[in-house]
Parts: sequence; structure tokens; C-alpha cells
Amino acid sequence: MLDLWYELTTILLPFQWLDHNFMKNALLAVLLVTPLFGLLGTMVVSNRMVFFSDSLGHGAFTGIAIGVLIGGIKPLTALVLFSLFFSIVITVIKNKSSVSTDTIIGVFSSTAIALGLMIMSHGGSFAKFSSYLIGDLLSITPVEIGMLFGVFIGIVLLWLVIFNKILVISINPSLAASRGINTLLIEILFSSALAIVVAISIQWVGLLIINSMLVLPAAAARNVTSNVRQYHLVSVLFAIFAGVAGLILSYYWNTATGATIILVAAMLFFTTFLLRNRFIE
Amino acid sequence: MIENNWHPCSHSENDCSRLCCTKIENFNVTFGNTQIFHDVNLHIHCGELTALIGPNGAGKSTLLKAILGEVKHTGVLKYFDAKGVHSGHPLIGYVPQYLNFDLSTPTSVLDLFTAYLTNIPCWLTSSKRIRDRVSQILVKVKAEHLIDRRLGALSGGELQRILLALSLEPIPDLLLLDEPVSGIDQNGLELFYDIVSDLRANHDLSIILISHDLNLVAKHADRVVLLNGTVICNGTPEEVFNDARTRNVFGMLVQHNAQAKVQPDKEGSSC
Repeated sequence: MLDLWYELTTILLPFQWLDHNFMKNALLAVLLVTPLFGLLGTMVVSNRMVFFSDSLGHGAFTGIAIGVLIGGIKPLTALVLFSLFFSIVITVIKNKSSVSTDTIIGVFSSTAIALGLMIMSHGGSFAKFSSYLIGDLLSITPVEIGMLFGVFIGIVLLWLVIFNKILVISINPSLAASRGINTLLIEILFSSALAIVVAISIQWVGLLIINSMLVLPAAAARNVTSNVRQYHLVSVLFAIFAGVAGLILSYYWNTATGATIILVAAMLFFTTFLLRNRFIE
Repeated sequence: MIENNWHPCSHSENDCSRLCCTKIENFNVTFGNTQIFHDVNLHIHCGELTALIGPNGAGKSTLLKAILGEVKHTGVLKYFDAKGVHSGHPLIGYVPQYLNFDLSTPTSVLDLFTAYLTNIPCWLTSSKRIRDRVSQILVKVKAEHLIDRRLGALSGGELQRILLALSLEPIPDLLLLDEPVSGIDQNGLELFYDIVSDLRANHDLSIILISHDLNLVAKHADRVVLLNGTVICNGTPEEVFNDARTRNVFGMLVQHNAQAKVQPDKEGSSC
């Protein structure tokens, strides 16, 4: 499968930055993962879940530490499982308690990061984890791309099924409940999808900036769109554009890929922010 | 007033023999150590507009949410159809008091209806068929021109009519309206009440309305329930507004309002 991709890119995109296979892998990964960020980001921003998605990165960080501590299982498995657990616990507690959401998230987020740092710093071995803070997209392997493809299909299918319900809940939970929508279940599915995408991408994008990948394309798209379809289309296109442009620029500038992608996305946000009055009445 | 002939039932236990009705029996809601309301018993007949009034914090919105099943409560909600056969839980329509959404959210009225009424993912497709259907629904609330408007660009009154239209798909047995305290101009309010009155006249449904505008309550409601921790007073607008306990809660304001409603009602009241 990947050989076909290598040949295709050699023929269609005969650029210097695509000479190496690791860049071809990275491009494919960007094309698979950025649309997911654009897609999920729409409702992260609309539902004011930016702080929540930020905490998912912290949860994932702890997941890595726990995975290494336990050993025996692949770090990625521990990472995904812990992130899922983390997001579901926050969502359930948020629904069952009257404590304000950002307090709950703050408590869990700081607990997770403290636990993660404690485990990682044990025996002075923190340095070997520092790559997770920044991430390395160029290290992605063909097996991981295969997994990413599976996740891509899964998330898009999930989005087809639950998006309408998420939208109704985001407008008014009581209205959704009066419609027979199981709001808790839908919120758990949504936050689980977020947790999975954040968990698997954190090793390539890095903990410090992963949340920006979710937030920036959608936030930029909001500046220039006025219905759900435009919002999704523009958010996904912005995410892909920032991903590809960031990858190319990082190659020539010799900078961290994740950070360069974020910077492009941030430029998109500021540009659309200045132009927003031309698009929205 | 034709509506006054619509509820020939007495207040006895088997009073649902001729029209459908909803019974709220022994509703209690407690949050932690705070009792919001207790022992609320109401019989709501189809074709009636019951206005729920009371001071801030009286538990009005919470009562609606308890009826919706969203707030934990004790007591039972019973629905009887026109033949008096117990037909379980009524189909409930709900118009919330306010929406907690981000005003800059890129969601159009059409998106809201598509998401609410169908399983067709509105982020991916839109079809002429849905658009036509939503258009028809919006005509009912005089809002067909708003179909492509962003939710954040609607006025308070427009949003309220959109939500009303949403709650009417399909036509519910029981319609719960939680009126916003502020943000709706007088024209908007009267248009809203006109639409609600039309609904009641043309469909077999009962309506519970939380209102803060006692003038409009006096003009449009068949029954008024004064809630303040429990049902203080329950009867026709005239009876409730003339009751000493109502005046106690609202001050002298209501006496003036009560005079607007000249037509006396035949039904007994608990005041």
C-alpha cells in the first residue's frame, strides 16, 4: 500500500522536500490526522470544550508514564486506555455534579500531570520522555500510518452518526433530553473520540501544542462561516492547509513540524479574524 | 371566550373522561439540602393554557424540568388520552428559557432543524426536501424568512419563535414554555402569545407556560397557578389575581391586571 503512495508522490509531487520516504510518510500522516482535528475541533470550540481538550493532553502524558511504569504492554495501548478513562471520568463527573466544569477539569488535569511528572522523574529519567512534549512527526512508521487510517475511518463514521445529536445538545441539553437523546452517552462518545485522537497524535505533535491543533482551524473557520456545513468544510481545509504548509516549511527551516503547523494555523486565525466582518453579517 | 367551554371537567379524581389530560401528582424536588418545591399537584387539561407564575426562585423552571424528567424528583406524571385510558408518558415539547450557546457559533436555523428532526448529518449534506419541510414548519411561527440566519443573529423574540416551532415537531401532548425574563420586546411577546393561542385552539394539546408578564397571562391563560415552594393558588386568572396571597407575593400590581380579564370562569378553584 505504502509503495503505491511513494510512487504516486514521486510522480505527482516531484519536490525536493518529498525526496525522502520519512517525509512521504509524514505527509500521509498529516493528510490523515489534520482533517480529524478540523472535524472534531468544530464542536470543541462550539461547546466551549477548549479547556477540556487541553486536559486530554495532560491525561495522555500520564498515560505514557503509566505505560512505561507497568511495562509489558505497548506504550501506545496504555496511553489510549488511560486517555479514554480520563476523558470518561471527567465527562461523567461533570454531568453528575454541580461543581463548575472548569474546576473539575482543572483538578483532574493538574492531578494527571503531577502524577505523570512524578512517575517520569523517578530515578532522574525524565529526559527520555521530553520528546513527548514537542513531538516528532517525522518519526512516524508505516504501521502507525495504518493505524491512523483505521482511526480516520472510525472517527468519520462516528461523526456521521452522532454529530446531529452533539449539535442539539450544544444548543440546549434540556431540549435534547426532551427529544429523547441520551446526552451523557453522546458526550462520552464525543469525548472518547477526542481522547483517542489526542492520545495517538501526541507523540507526533507534542503535548505542549496538541490542543492548538484542535482549536485553531475551527476557531479560524468560525470567523468566516455562518452555517454548519461551511464551518466543517473550512475548518477541515484550514487544518489540512496548515498541516501541509507547516510540514513543508519545517523541512526548509529545519524547525519542529508540529510547532510550525500550529504557527501556520495561528496565522490563518489572525487573518480570518481581521476579515471576519466581510464574511459574516 | 370559546376556550372557557373547553374544560367542562370537575376537579375530581376521574376527571379525564372527556378530554385528554396530564396529571402531576405529588412532585417534590430537593437539591442537596434545599427543597425547591414540595407536594405539587396539578391537573392540566388539553386545550388549556395554564400559566405558572411566582417570584424568582419559586421553582417554576425546575418544575418544568422535573416534568421533562431532567431533574430528579419524586411523584408521578400521568397522561390520559381522550378516552380516559392511561396512555403512559405524554409526548412533551419544550421551549427553554434561554440558550446557553455561543453567539458566534456558525449554526443556521436550518442546521438546527436538520439536526433536531433528522439523522442526516447536517455537516455533510443538505437537501431540498429538508429545506422545504423546515420552511413549512417556520411558516407556522411566522419565521420562514429566518431559515438561513445564524442563531446568534436572531433577536430574542425570533429565537423564541424558532424554539417554539422546534417543540411542535411532532405536535406534543404537553407543551412546556419557559418564557425568558427579559430580552424580548413587546411586539415579539404578543406575536408569541398569538401563536400559542392559535395552537391551543387548533390542536389537542395542553400548555404550561411560565410567564413574567401578568397582563398577557390575564389575557391569554385559562388557568393560573401561583407557585412559591408549592402551589399557593390555582384557578382562573381572575380568581388567582384577586386572591390575597397573590397580592402578597406580587404586590398591588396584579389587582389592576385582574380587572383586564372581565369574563368570569365557570370552573372552581382552590383559592
